[in-house]
Amino acid sequence: MSKLAPRVGEPTHYSRIWTFRTPRARLALWFGWLALVALFVWCWQLMNEGTMWMFVADAPRQAADIGSRLFPPKLGYLPELLAPLWDTLNIATLGTLGGVIMAVPVAFLAARNTTPSATLIRPVALLVIVTSRSINSLIWALLLVAIIGPGLLAGIVAIALRSIGFVGKLLYEAIEETDARQIEAVAATGARSSQVIHYGIVPQVLPAFWGISVFRWDINIRESTILGLVGAGGIGMKLQSSIDTLAWSQVATILLVILATVVVSEAISARMRRALI
Amino acid sequence: MLSIDRLSKTYGTQGGASGDTALNNVTFQVPQGQVLGLIGPSGAGKSTLIRCINRLVEPSSGTIRLGETDLAAVRGRDLRRARRRIGMIFQEYALVERLTVMENVLSGRLGYVPFWCSFTRRFPGHDIENAYRLLDRVGLLDHADKRADALSGGQRQRVGIARALSQEPELLLVDEPTASLDPRTSRQIMRLISEICRERELPAIVNIHDVPLAQQFMHRIVGLRRGEMVFDGAPDDLDDAMLTEIYGAEDWTAMRQEHEDDTTAEQDTRLQLAGGAG
Amino acid sequence: MNHARQYPRHWRRPPQIITDRRWRRILPLAILAYLILALGSLEIDGARLIEGLERGARFAHGFLQPDFTSRWGDIRQGLIESLTMTLTATVVGILVSVPIGIGAARNLVPRPIYLVCRSIIAVSRSLQEIIIAIFLVAMFGFGPFAGFVTLAFASIGFLAKLLADDIEEIDASQAEAIRATGASWWQLIHYAVQPQVMPRLLGLSLYRLDINFRESAVIGIVGAGGIGATLNTAIDRYEYDSAGAILLIVIAIVMLAEYASSYLRKTLQ
Repeated sequence: MSKLAPRVGEPTHYSRIWTFRTPRARLALWFGWLALVALFVWCWQLMNEGTMWMFVADAPRQAADIGSRLFPPKLGYLPELLAPLWDTLNIATLGTLGGVIMAVPVAFLAARNTTPSATLIRPVALLVIVTSRSINSLIWALLLVAIIGPGLLAGIVAIALRSIGFVGKLLYEAIEETDARQIEAVAATGARSSQVIHYGIVPQVLPAFWGISVFRWDINIRESTILGLVGAGGIGMKLQSSIDTLAWSQVATILLVILATVVVSEAISARMRRALI
Repeated sequence: MLSIDRLSKTYGTQGGASGDTALNNVTFQVPQGQVLGLIGPSGAGKSTLIRCINRLVEPSSGTIRLGETDLAAVRGRDLRRARRRIGMIFQEYALVERLTVMENVLSGRLGYVPFWCSFTRRFPGHDIENAYRLLDRVGLLDHADKRADALSGGQRQRVGIARALSQEPELLLVDEPTASLDPRTSRQIMRLISEICRERELPAIVNIHDVPLAQQFMHRIVGLRRGEMVFDGAPDDLDDAMLTEIYGAEDWTAMRQEHEDDTTAEQDTRLQLAGGAG
Repeated sequence: MNHARQYPRHWRRPPQIITDRRWRRILPLAILAYLILALGSLEIDGARLIEGLERGARFAHGFLQPDFTSRWGDIRQGLIESLTMTLTATVVGILVSVPIGIGAARNLVPRPIYLVCRSIIAVSRSLQEIIIAIFLVAMFGFGPFAGFVTLAFASIGFLAKLLADDIEEIDASQAEAIRATGASWWQLIHYAVQPQVMPRLLGLSLYRLDINFRESAVIGIVGAGGIGATLNTAIDRYEYDSAGAILLIVIAIVMLAEYASSYLRKTLQ
């Protein structure tokens, strides 16, 4: 008899309800989702105030129409694309070169451990980086075409200006992540600060520097293919004029060339980065 | 001769009285050729003390005299001049990993050569000759063109020693030279340091956490506890009561037991210095 | 010790990256030749550049003294379009990219589905937003709807790719353990995959929100609505002070978004 009686201290009843979250957390979560859905609906309505749904409904027919005009791509157009392609490569390469040259001093001024003044110069360097980063290269090109006129130079400067922020940000982060002990050791020999940078910091960030530069060059190839849309030279100019004249089979050829260029540059940059590091 | 007089260092709030006192009125002298071991629990201010001497850390008050110079007061170019007279060997080597061994040794000459010279890596002939001699002395002559990160821990620390010596220093500061080495290599490195100090009549301050190793190789020991000197004397005078005073509850007897085991193991394989660290 | 030994007085740093002698000689020449050719194909018009200096000064002036008021109506409209486009496109992008991302994970689905999903991702990633926008504007007409579709499509390529890569890298033993309990495919996704990739997905979504806003400022140039269209008009009219104002607003929002998303990502993890 006594064997069947529950022993003292042993629970006789286990809860059959188990929930993942407390009721309060669940409520908050549901509220969050509800708010998100409401926000989405509101944005949707605001955005589509001026949308012509007739055109949208017509889209499949338009797509089929354009699609049929794209094919077959006009391969005879290829020779005409070689010169603009060369221009595009130059925009990307020279632009990267210019951007990197400008980015290096900016990065050293922005890194906490190398900046001459953390209160005065560092914020300015960071502002340069942020400004360059938040403006897309196409917008830089738009501005520069208006300022220095259409052509390659506007494209190169646009790419360079956009690259400063990208390279500068990644480089200054690399500089801040350097091993402080190695730098301290060089300083302890009585080296002047230029020598500390050259012997203590540069060897540590050099691999990162090459990697970042090649990576940016790859991105720049991609971006320079479209700069011509706003008049900044390269293959994008041909794209613009083909679209304007509704020569869709030429557009298809250009897109193929752009695609091939991007693929090749990606392969080159991947190989170079592997070789450099 | 190095003489430190009432050296204090307070970290934290600038100029304010509050903050951590790392060093409090430390006073001692190191005569020519003496190897002085600095012991104490972590946070006792050992590292701060040797970094105050070459001003990697700014002392709050007191004087540090090396020859005629007050190291605590120099600045700018004079500070760099002073630093090049003081060689420093670091915990975990602190070599520039991506430079070659030779460049690391030559970097000890940076305080002596102009910028363009170091920039183009064209160091004067006698510097290069001397660097090769030092590499031979620490047993790494064949490794001159290797990159520092290709070496083992013991080899890296020897490069660190060669770099410090290439400065032709009047004083050697050594910060936990064996912290990341195995016991056998640790002993080889300590022996190398003490031999070099004997050869060159160099005074040295060695910051060391390993008490038995300190007793084996140091001429004199200074014990620090919470920034204050609590012991200054010969290694043999360091008895158990004294160690308990310095380290408090920390179990240093275990440390000694370990040391004895290592010593017996080492006697089986008495290695010469060169090529041993593998 | 052999102290009497002679040591060399010269030392050259051994080459670190390119060890082949011939390449070390050819490469600088090739680079030089390229630079000469490339710079030679630049046609620089000196007179136009001088004019440009003056315009540049005017633009800098406009940037320093931005004019928010005279085109405020257009700017406001553009901003509303950009922001709503960004949000809706990101939400739709996430919703669509989750199934595609799962479908593109090799360890979860049969091969045909994997190939289909991966090719959708490849198409979306290889085309740039602006080119997609050109086509979509031709299809849907001018306005933010085309922009919304563009950004949603681009988001799918970005999110689905990273999500799929993430799923392929999940800890296989956890999935094994769940599978061993006899769980169905849906239960496997819910219990083994979702907990492992959810934090990353949230982070990526926030990051994409950030990218979509930046892109929304660009696609307006080809007629897909948003602040880019307003900016384009301002520059076409040489209203540099209004353009400066727009750019400042864009920079401010991008900074804010970046700060907020990095803060959110930190608290979520």
